[in-house]
Amino acid sequence: MSTAWYLLLSAALFTLGLLGVLVRRNALILFMSIELMLNAVNLSFVALSRHMNDLAGQVAVFFVFVVAATEVVVGLAMIVEVARSRATVDIDDINLLKG
Amino acid sequence: MVLVLGILAAPLAGMLVNGLVGGRLPKKVVGGIACAAVGASFAASAGTLLHLLGLPEGGRQLSLPLSPWIVSGDVAVRAGLLVDALSGWMALLVSGVSFLIHLYSTAYMGEDPDYSRYFTYLNLFVFSMLLLVLADNLLLLFVGWELVGLCSYLLIGFWFERPQAAAAGRKAFIVNRVGDAAFLLGIVLLLLRLGTVEIPQVLQRAPAEFPPGDPTATAITLLLFAGATGKSAQLPLYLWLPDAMEGPTPVSALIHAATMVTAGVYMVGRLHALFSLAPLTMEVILAVGTLTALFAASVAITEQDLKRVLAYSTISQLGYMFMAAGAGAFAASIFHLTTHAFFKALLFLAAGAVMHAAHGETNLQRLGGLWPHLPATAFAFLVGAFALAGIPPLSGYYSKDLILLSAFSQGKVASWTLGVATALLTAVYIGRAAALTFFAPPARTYDRLHEAPFAMAVAMWALALLALLGGGLGASWGREPLLRLLGSVFGEEAVPHAPAAGLAPVFAGLAGLTLAWAIYLRRGAWPSLPFLGRVVSQRFYVEDLYQVLIVHPGRRIAAFLADLFDPLVIDGAVHGVGAVVRAAGSGLRRLQTGYLRNYALMFLAGALAIVGYWIFH
Repeated sequence: MSTAWYLLLSAALFTLGLLGVLVRRNALILFMSIELMLNAVNLSFVALSRHMNDLAGQVAVFFVFVVAATEVVVGLAMIVEVARSRATVDIDDINLLKG
Repeated sequence: MVLVLGILAAPLAGMLVNGLVGGRLPKKVVGGIACAAVGASFAASAGTLLHLLGLPEGGRQLSLPLSPWIVSGDVAVRAGLLVDALSGWMALLVSGVSFLIHLYSTAYMGEDPDYSRYFTYLNLFVFSMLLLVLADNLLLLFVGWELVGLCSYLLIGFWFERPQAAAAGRKAFIVNRVGDAAFLLGIVLLLLRLGTVEIPQVLQRAPAEFPPGDPTATAITLLLFAGATGKSAQLPLYLWLPDAMEGPTPVSALIHAATMVTAGVYMVGRLHALFSLAPLTMEVILAVGTLTALFAASVAITEQDLKRVLAYSTISQLGYMFMAAGAGAFAASIFHLTTHAFFKALLFLAAGAVMHAAHGETNLQRLGGLWPHLPATAFAFLVGAFALAGIPPLSGYYSKDLILLSAFSQGKVASWTLGVATALLTAVYIGRAAALTFFAPPARTYDRLHEAPFAMAVAMWALALLALLGGGLGASWGREPLLRLLGSVFGEEAVPHAPAAGLAPVFAGLAGLTLAWAIYLRRGAWPSLPFLGRVVSQRFYVEDLYQVLIVHPGRRIAAFLADLFDPLVIDGAVHGVGAVVRAAGSGLRRLQTGYLRNYALMFLAGALAIVGYWIFH
């Protein structure tokens, strides 16, 4: 199978994630959309790594995993905390820093 | 030399003790400390001078390097003290007369609540003047010079609750500042040209560096002399001195006799070799001195205030000293400085005794007939007056005579003539002051007239003795010890005697006294001289000229700056910056919508912009 298909899938997943971030209001869904974008990028890393016969791309993927894991920890903690204090996870209601 | 340091250390210590804890000490102790400090300084000066006299004639110079002070590149200024016949004599004179004035003050200021502050300033004043005198380089001299100015400000404005006193203090400070700026420029120019400001080296190198009439030397000496006109109250910077009468009377005596105003004369004498290289400057000094002497003496005739008469008299006598310096007779100028210190301090202290008795009255029109009540004070005043008028054998005669003779023998006939005219005016104004204060019919009665207390009387008697006999320092019957002493510094020859020229000032003095006596004993007035009289009584309109040329424009500039420039430009700039930042902030805050998706969209836009850049670049 040609690498182009992988890249096309990656782009599709990334766009899905991006749209999710832009249009959804639930913070948890937003979060999942970001994860989708990260993994879309991971997919293109792996595909290109195989295509170019270079392991560096796979190594980058591991780094992205680590970053994503920590991000989940911090992000979920924040969402739980917001949900506790404001009884909502709707990002349109979380606008205290509005100028 | 420990003694030399002692001259300076004693008044400094007195100042520190009285300044730090004087408020908690009884008045007797405060006065005692202050007097003892200056007395110790006097004793140290005397010891130093004796030591100096014990040295062989050619090597009468002690230099006492203290420490490196300003070291920067090629410039290295060392702080140190220099004692030779000139500075040794000045130190003796300053500390001696100051001691008597301190003694007088203990009684005169006895009722003042700020007793310790007064003596703190007084000691600081003496310290500053001695520092000025003993400094071995011009920068250290300048430190003393400025300190003296500061002390005059503090003491003239001593009774600062009175607006006139505060204003007079400010005036003294500001007018002096004008001269000081020129003085500092002169020092810097000297440093640039000679690379040193140490006085012995300046005197030694100047003749080799500057050919006679060298423009740089002329500029330097003119700038230095401009400083002297401020400190020594010469035309055109004399204005502060008559107002300085707002201070306590012993302070006037201190400023006018021993310290401060003599600084300029001393400085010119100190740098005599430099000044001698600039004939133009010497002519300027001679002219300024002569004109100041005549000007101030004529103003003094119309003054209504006893102390202001004496103030103008000081200006006039300082004019004589500069006349002598300008004629190259530096020893004569220091001699007159000395005798003037005696009789002017005496006159001021006697005037203070009059004020003490007459409840602070100084207006000549309201004094009179005091001599039966205050015979001792009247006698002391008369001794000072006769000395000032130059009646032989009192001290003033010899010094004034020497100055006029020197001018005459140098061929400065115009200065000599004006000097004799000044001698006449001098006798008139001091005769008028004496007649109106002590002998004219009393204008009002005073209750509880009393002679001066003991401490004041002692100081006056000592000064009266000095004013009587001080002429011996430079007269042939006293074998001229001072002139011979100073001659070794200045390298001058004795002035040839010219009997006719020498007699003229004496006759002028006698004539003036007789005239004053005849007119003022009955509170008479001059035959009216409509134009001249008005000009003189308005002090030649000099003060009005200053008002029009300097004070009013200065006020107007200040008003413009305060009312227009400051609120519009300065505040405008400050407020403008604030307004711009505010407007920018309230515009930009609309970007912060608080909606996460807006931020995400901007992220996207930014990322697309970067990617676009990489693709299309």
